[in-house]
Amino acid sequence: MIRKLICGAGAVGASLLTATAAFAQEAAAAAEPAVEAVVDKGDTAWMMTSTVLVLLMILPGLALFYGGLTRTKNMLATMTQIGAAACLAMIIWVTYGYGLAFGPEGNAYFAWGKWFLAGVTPDSLADTFSDGFKLPEYVFISFQMTFAAITVALVLGSVVERIKFSAVMVFAAIWLTIVYFPIAHMVWAAGGKFFEMGALDFAGGTVVHINAGVSALVAALILGKRIGYGKEIMAPHSLTLTMVGTGMLWVGWFGFNAGSALEANGSAALAMINTFVATAAGALAWMVAEKLAGHKASALGFCSGIIAGLVAVTPAAGNSGPMGAIILGAVASAICFVAVTVLKPKLGYDDSLDAFGIHGVGGIVGALGTAIVYAPGLGGPGDGSVSIGAQLGIQAAATGATIVWAAIGTAIAIYAAKAVTGLRVTPEVEREGLDLGEHGERAYNY
Amino acid sequence: MKFIIAIIKPFKLDEVRDALGTLGVAGMTVTEVKGFGRQKGQTEIYRGAEYSTNMLPKVKIEIAVSDALAPQVVETIQQTASTDAIGDGKVFVLDLASAVRIRTGETGDTAL
Repeated sequence: MIRKLICGAGAVGASLLTATAAFAQEAAAAAEPAVEAVVDKGDTAWMMTSTVLVLLMILPGLALFYGGLTRTKNMLATMTQIGAAACLAMIIWVTYGYGLAFGPEGNAYFAWGKWFLAGVTPDSLADTFSDGFKLPEYVFISFQMTFAAITVALVLGSVVERIKFSAVMVFAAIWLTIVYFPIAHMVWAAGGKFFEMGALDFAGGTVVHINAGVSALVAALILGKRIGYGKEIMAPHSLTLTMVGTGMLWVGWFGFNAGSALEANGSAALAMINTFVATAAGALAWMVAEKLAGHKASALGFCSGIIAGLVAVTPAAGNSGPMGAIILGAVASAICFVAVTVLKPKLGYDDSLDAFGIHGVGGIVGALGTAIVYAPGLGGPGDGSVSIGAQLGIQAAATGATIVWAAIGTAIAIYAAKAVTGLRVTPEVEREGLDLGEHGERAYNY
Repeated sequence: MKFIIAIIKPFKLDEVRDALGTLGVAGMTVTEVKGFGRQKGQTEIYRGAEYSTNMLPKVKIEIAVSDALAPQVVETIQQTASTDAIGDGKVFVLDLASAVRIRTGETGDTAL
């Protein structure tokens, strides 16, 4: 299921039809007997709730999750980068981001129009998936805004503890413009490239997680390793805060996944139960994988498994049965475990907080796995009109295209930031910590 | 006067304090420290990144006592802090040149 947006003059006009009886009669005679567009207050309330739940995922969820994984001296820098990049994304979203992703006119790659939200009023409506049921467009804009904000914040997980604050801001602005908005348009807007291919992405496995994960990898490769990586101890400074952040991410993710149904209905309910069980399976699977690898079942493994399960079920949330979701969460978690514990050390790149290892890898497993769990024979909600193999091909094509687009766009954005502000803090600041060097504060004064 | 420095296992602190109290030791300074001796460290693993910590947490006790009390204090610490395992710690005894009680200006044994 893919969200789409057809709004504006037609929809608003329909609701104004009752203005005069004569006009109404005339319109009824001219148009086909269409369902009157209704804004359901239950849907609207749920979508407003979902929107702030996604904000909770960013602040303080992701900030604490990422912050706890960094060293004491970089705690504030990590949280501030996440918060500031998310805020910048919100401002950009209402000035031109919404237009580029969901504007009234467009081609397969981006849209245009509604710059500065021109023409949007409290009476403007956006489509849901049910004929005749609409949402206030401001709610749709806000909901989508939080997705842009969290995606750019996710990317930062690979570059924290060494990137300049100013570079983060320049990178975020360019990256959103040339990577996020076009991919959001391609996947979610009517007429978008992947939308028309029939790619399944319920809540943003491609747009958010594969996109953020691959971008994080490319950014980390260009930026280089942290000083002392592989030689000095870089243990997380507070797994307690990471655990707190993980819990908030999970709770917020119900807004992210079940909110992507755009209505308070059975599809949202399916997304909700899948967001429970896939995540639970992911948490347990990671700890089992640790045990099988000869380690102890760890708290960080538990948290990592939760995130891996959440990432994997994102594209499948409303596109899978609960049993399929359990398998998907568990498999993705185990594969992510291998990616961060075996693959990353072998390849030697420094993805500080495993943004690629969990969001990128988990996102790819989720996107491909959605083709399988969608099939009605496996308990999925699909109608079986597209075979698993054909759907897998579509998913792989969308995934591959996203990877290429994100990699190229990120390289451009990172080199642009390098030219404008420089990328890395000085070695002195990196050793002393970015909290003091970049923000003039300490996270903890005992 | 003697200055006694004992490095012991953290969980033994209360026992040692009580035993020294019955001996008549009037005060001590306690610090949480890290160090290593014969005891091996631990390995921590975070998402596959292994860090072996060869510094283990210990507690350092510093006590100033009169020459007469010093042998009993050392013996008491040794017996109370022992678990018969490596990593139980060490006791060091130094000669103490002088001591002053800040409030009264008393010196020597009366300052202790």
